[in-house]
Formats: sequence, structure tokens, C-alpha cells
Amino acid sequence: MDFNDTPEEAAYRQKVRTWLEANAPRTRDGNDDGEGGGDLAAAKAWQAKKAAAGFACITWPREWGGQGGTPIHSVIFGEEEARYPIPSNPFQIGLGMCVPTVMNFADQATKDRFGLPAIRGEEIWCQLFSEPSGGSDVAAARTRAEKAPDGSGDWIINGQKVWTTGAQFSDFGIVIVRTDPNLPKHKGLTMFWIDMKDPGIEVRPIHQMSGGSGFNEVFFTDVRVKDSQRLGGVGDGWKVSLVTLMNERLAVGGATGAGWSQFLEAARDTTGADGAPLLQESAVREKLADWYVQAEGLRHARNRTMTALSKGQTPGPESSIGKIVSASLMQDLANEAVEMLDQYGIINDPDLAPLSGGFHGSLMMAPGLRIAGGTDEILRNIIAERVLGLPGDIRLDKDVAFKDVPTGR
Amino acid sequence: MNFDFSEDQKFLKNEARRFLEANCPTSRVRKVLDDASATWDPELWKAVAGQGWLGAAIPEEHGGLGLGRLELCVIAEELGRAVAPIPFASTVYVLAEAIMLAGSEAQKAAVLPGIAAGDVIGALATSEGPGALSASGIRASVEGGKLSGTKIPVTDGGIATHALVLAREGGQPGLFLVDLSSAGVTRETLSTLDPSRDAARLVFDKVPAERLGGAGEGLALVEQVLDRAAVLLAFEQTGGADRALEMAKEYALERFAFGRTIASYQAIKHKLADMYVKNELARSNAYYGAWALNTDAPELPVAASAARIAASEAYWFASKENIQTHGGIGFTWAVDCHLHYRRSRQLSLVAGAPRVWKDRLVSHLERRNAAA
Repeated sequence: MDFNDTPEEAAYRQKVRTWLEANAPRTRDGNDDGEGGGDLAAAKAWQAKKAAAGFACITWPREWGGQGGTPIHSVIFGEEEARYPIPSNPFQIGLGMCVPTVMNFADQATKDRFGLPAIRGEEIWCQLFSEPSGGSDVAAARTRAEKAPDGSGDWIINGQKVWTTGAQFSDFGIVIVRTDPNLPKHKGLTMFWIDMKDPGIEVRPIHQMSGGSGFNEVFFTDVRVKDSQRLGGVGDGWKVSLVTLMNERLAVGGATGAGWSQFLEAARDTTGADGAPLLQESAVREKLADWYVQAEGLRHARNRTMTALSKGQTPGPESSIGKIVSASLMQDLANEAVEMLDQYGIINDPDLAPLSGGFHGSLMMAPGLRIAGGTDEILRNIIAERVLGLPGDIRLDKDVAFKDVPTGR
Repeated sequence: MNFDFSEDQKFLKNEARRFLEANCPTSRVRKVLDDASATWDPELWKAVAGQGWLGAAIPEEHGGLGLGRLELCVIAEELGRAVAPIPFASTVYVLAEAIMLAGSEAQKAAVLPGIAAGDVIGALATSEGPGALSASGIRASVEGGKLSGTKIPVTDGGIATHALVLAREGGQPGLFLVDLSSAGVTRETLSTLDPSRDAARLVFDKVPAERLGGAGEGLALVEQVLDRAAVLLAFEQTGGADRALEMAKEYALERFAFGRTIASYQAIKHKLADMYVKNELARSNAYYGAWALNTDAPELPVAASAARIAASEAYWFASKENIQTHGGIGFTWAVDCHLHYRRSRQLSLVAGAPRVWKDRLVSHLERRNAAA
């Protein structure tokens, strides 16, 4: 038991370090908002540089234009890259999920057309799955695709997607649509790739409760796509989407936002009714200890996952607990930090609030984190069903034509 | 990155599970639990000694196998899973570790071979009453090499051959090794939450005592010993917590209510998912503790605290929600749920309650943050 690289990993890390030392940026671009919505030029330039040097899409097979590397290579590069002020990455969803789906299901011409430009960062992709009527229940998609009446074989798409990250600057996307509402829910879906610059597509930013606008609504009005843009068979959209989601990159990043260490400093700097630092209060200390233990538990669960990858194994279910723990941890920690300030805690002005309003920012982002990418509840279902082997819920929509499935609002 | 046990260690773990399934089914635990005069299982103790586990981490020159602490970790996890009614922790995690840490060559030669052979049983005698351990709470004292005072509770105090006793000498706390067969030792078995483990009140009346480590270093030495024990106890707790989750899962799958298995209700599924999450956090923290213990890393106090806190929380949660998942049958003496509920209390309290460890952990973090 140790934290050391294998000789092969150490050699790769050294190669990465040498390259980064010579090529990585030394200062962060001033316009970067940290959410991929800043200056895309810097992000694209950095991606192109990595691609030219063989450090983009490290785990992709060589026939896709990737490096044929192992997941641990990718992790090592990510760890080393994170030491530099690199631009935020608007390519993650495209290269992690969308383009691999295209590469798995499209014809050779399409693969040749899209692989390399995506790797080089020249074209950005988004994933259009969630809808107003189906967040957790993605297979309940209502966006329709119907055969064009002109007999061309083209499809006409109408409907709405929501919570689409990066739609505002994406060039292409993959979209799951309903092609047959007379079939049961999972069977009437089909996947297409689409050109986001189509005039029938309208992207509207969502004004989040946190104030920012990192996601979008995407409206489709008579968007015509060729049958050759279909990914997988008609009615096989659900199976294709499962491949997309399996390609989801291993989330190796640490928890974002203010953590236990910032909380400790804040508790040291804030006094209680007796004039002593709150850090001396046992109630505060107990909570701080609990959060530290949770954060450390996640850190070492990731180390166990890395170890499995390093040995060429598929990571076990230990990697599934991350977001369940970190999202609530962020929310509880931020709220306690704010409450510690007493009346003053209501102020979120970065010039007045501790940590330039960092705790307040976390507090307002946390509800979204508990929902995005699988709600707390769905993730618990996933653990219960896929890890512990408990049965799925009783479903009222299973063998019913989709058009007859009960709907609410 | 190789943050995992080796193939040999995993093999040992499997062997330990198989051995304990054969030699320590819960029917054996119940023999101790149900018999008011029994506080442990001496036959199992002999069998465990025969496996070489008691001396796994003891150097070969002192009669052990000379393996590392990681081997002890995998054995501990299996003992916890089996709710083993033996003084393994007191003897192996506490007495053997303390002697190896601070004992003289003579003390090592006198005690370690006996531990490895199963002849010596240890006990840690620090508590004198309700509340956390503190310098001002130590009234037992040593004068002219003779110990007098009362310790309560002393886990395994009723069956131990040797005790490590915290007592004042010249006004300063020291840790003393006491042979419990000496004249002047009185033992009284205590009723506890976990009758599958021994506990006693020990009264010392001018009993010969040898100091372990330096004068006045008693509390620091106890902290060091408890840091080491905490990691190993965390593996026992994690093993128990995993077993409690398995029991809950097995029962939920076979129990039907309102026409379907209760394992199909989200109220149950989410409860079990929460157990799983806590168990994984505990296991991951325990692994880090194992690494720190095995390499004697400066991170040990922080890693041990985190391991103990996470494991105490996980076992408590799994043991209580296992009963809840079982419903009424889980509240009966006949079903094994309460074995884990009881043992989770024993393990959470035996080396100091979680709130004390949380306070210590934050003190370590304060120092680390200040130094950074």
C-alpha cells in the first residue's frame, strides 16, 4: 500500500511534466469565468496545443485520432495540468460523451469529418437529453422527430430541451428524440447529431437562482436533419444514450467551492457571544470534524478508484458516492459558515463578506449541485439497484404506449 | 498509486473469513451473550492463537510472524464482521502495540512471546469514572513501584493477565505495566451494553507496577497507543458495519409487505444506500489510517482520528438502521441485529468516544493549518 506511481506511470508523468513546463500557460486569461463561458479562444488554443502534442483524448482509440492510452494516463495528465492556470474546459461534455457516441454509431464519413476537429478543439459539442417534462426520467423525452412528408427520408424535429450546458457556444450536439409515441417509453426514442447553427434552433440562457447562467433552454422549430445524422437504429435511442452515459468521464476533480480548511479559518476569525473564537465551540468543532472526515473519505475513495484504474481494472462502485456526499457537504458547510456570522451573514457583497463571498456563492450553487447529473434521490436509487442489487421501482409506464402514459404538469 | 491491500493480504482476509465462519458463527457469540457467567470464548482464543494472528505483527525474535500492520487490518475487519467474543483488541492493538512502541527490551521479551502464544491477555485501564480521559481525572497512583487505585470500566479486565494502567507517580501521569496475578488486585465483572465482551472494575492495593516509557509521558503514550488502536478498531467497525448492511439487504429482499418485497420501496432503498455511502467513507478513511500506521507516517494522528470517527458513525448507523429495516423481528433477542447494535456501542466507546476524537482531530487540523 503506497501512493507511488508504477515505473511506467512515473515515466509518463515525467514526460507530461516536461511538456507542461515548456508549454502550459503561466497566467489565467482575464476573461475566463471559470465555467467554460469565458474567452473560448484561449480554451481552443490550449486544446489545439495539447492535441498536437498527443495529450488530448488520451484514452480514445488510435483509429479515432486518440492516443490509445489508459485511464490512468488521462488521470495523470489531468493532475499535472491542474497545477497550471489553464483555461476552463468547454470540451469536456463533447469529448467525454457526445463525440464518442458519434464515433461508436456514425458511418465512416461522419467519423472522419468530426473526430479530429473535436479533438483539436475546433468544434464544440453539447448533449441535448433533459427536457422540461423529464429530468431524472430522461427516457420520457417528448421532443418529436417525424419523417419529412416530402419522402426525402429527412426528419423534422420539434420540441424543447433544457439544462443544456454550453449550448450557447456549441457547434454541434447529440439529441435524443421521440420517433414513435405509440411504442412504450424506452422503445420509441432515436438519437441524432445536429448542427447547432440551424436557424430552427433557438438557445436561451437559463437565469439560475444563483444569479449565473451556465445552462440553456434549447427550442427546436421544424429543424430538418438527414437520416444519415441518425446514430444507431430508429427506436434504439435509449440504448445509444446508455453508451453516451457510460462514456462519461471518470470524475476525478476535487469538490469545488469553499471547504473545511476555509471553514476552519473563518471559525477562527469569528467570535461568539463570549467574545472567544467560534472555533473553540464544541458544536462548531464537531461539525468541522465531520466535514473533514467526509472530504477525506471521498479523497481516499478516489485514490482507491485510481488504484483500480492503475491495475487495469474497472473502478468499483466506490466511485459512485462522490456527488451524494460532496453536494450536501458543500451546502451544509456553506450554511454553517454563513450562520456563524450571525446578522452579518446575510451580506454577500464580495467586498464585505468573508472569502469574497465564497461561502455565500457555495450556498446558492449547492441546490443545483444536488440535482445536476443525477439528483441525490436518483443516485441513491442507482446505489441501491446497481451496487446493492435491490429491485427497481414498480413502473406504471412500462408496457404502455408513450402517448398513453399519465402526465402531470 | 497502489492504495489497496496486496494479493497476499487479501488472501489472508479470505482465509480469516473462512476460519471465522467455521469457528465463530453467531451461535458461538450467543453462547457468551446468553451465559451470564461467560464473558469471552477461550476456545476461540486458542484457535485464533493457533492461526498465528495474535503475533501477526510481533517480530519473529519475540515469537511472532513478523508481518506488518496491514495484515492486522484485514484480520481486524473479519473479527469485526464476526462480532468475535475475544480480547483481541485489548491484547493485540493495545498491549502488544504499547510494548513494541515504548517497552524496554526486557519488557518485550517478557510479554510479546506470551501474546503470540495466546497466554497473555491485555487490558487498558485508563478510565476511573464518567467523562473523557483527562490529567486531572487520574487518581490512581504509584508510590515506590506499587500501584493503588480503582479503574472502571476496564475492557477485558476480568480475564486479562496484564494491564496497562494510567496512574500518577510523583504527581505526573505515567503508564504502568501490571501483572494482574499479583497480590492486591481485585476484579469485579461489570454489566455492560455488550455482554459478548468482558469488562471489569479493577481495584489495586499496593500492586507492583513497572513504568512503560518515560516519567510523566503517560498521557502522550496513551494517545500514541490509541492512535494505533483506532486504525485497527476502525477496521473491526467497518467489518461489522458491512455485515449489518448485508443483513439488512438480505432481510429486505425476502420480506414482503403490501404485496411486494420491502427492498423495492425507496424508503428502504435509500436507507440502505445511505448505509453503503457511510461504509465506503469509513473504509476509505480506514485505508488511509492503515497506510499511516504501517509506514509510521507523521499523518497518523489525523488519519487515525478520521478513521475512528468515520467508522464509529458508519457502524452506529448501519447497526441501528439494520434493526429498523427488520422491523419488529429485529427487536427480538433471537435475531442477531442487536449483536451489532451492542458491539457498535462497545467499539465506539472503548478507545474514547467519537466526540473526543473529533475535538482532537480539529486540534491537529488547527496546528496543521497554522503551520501551512
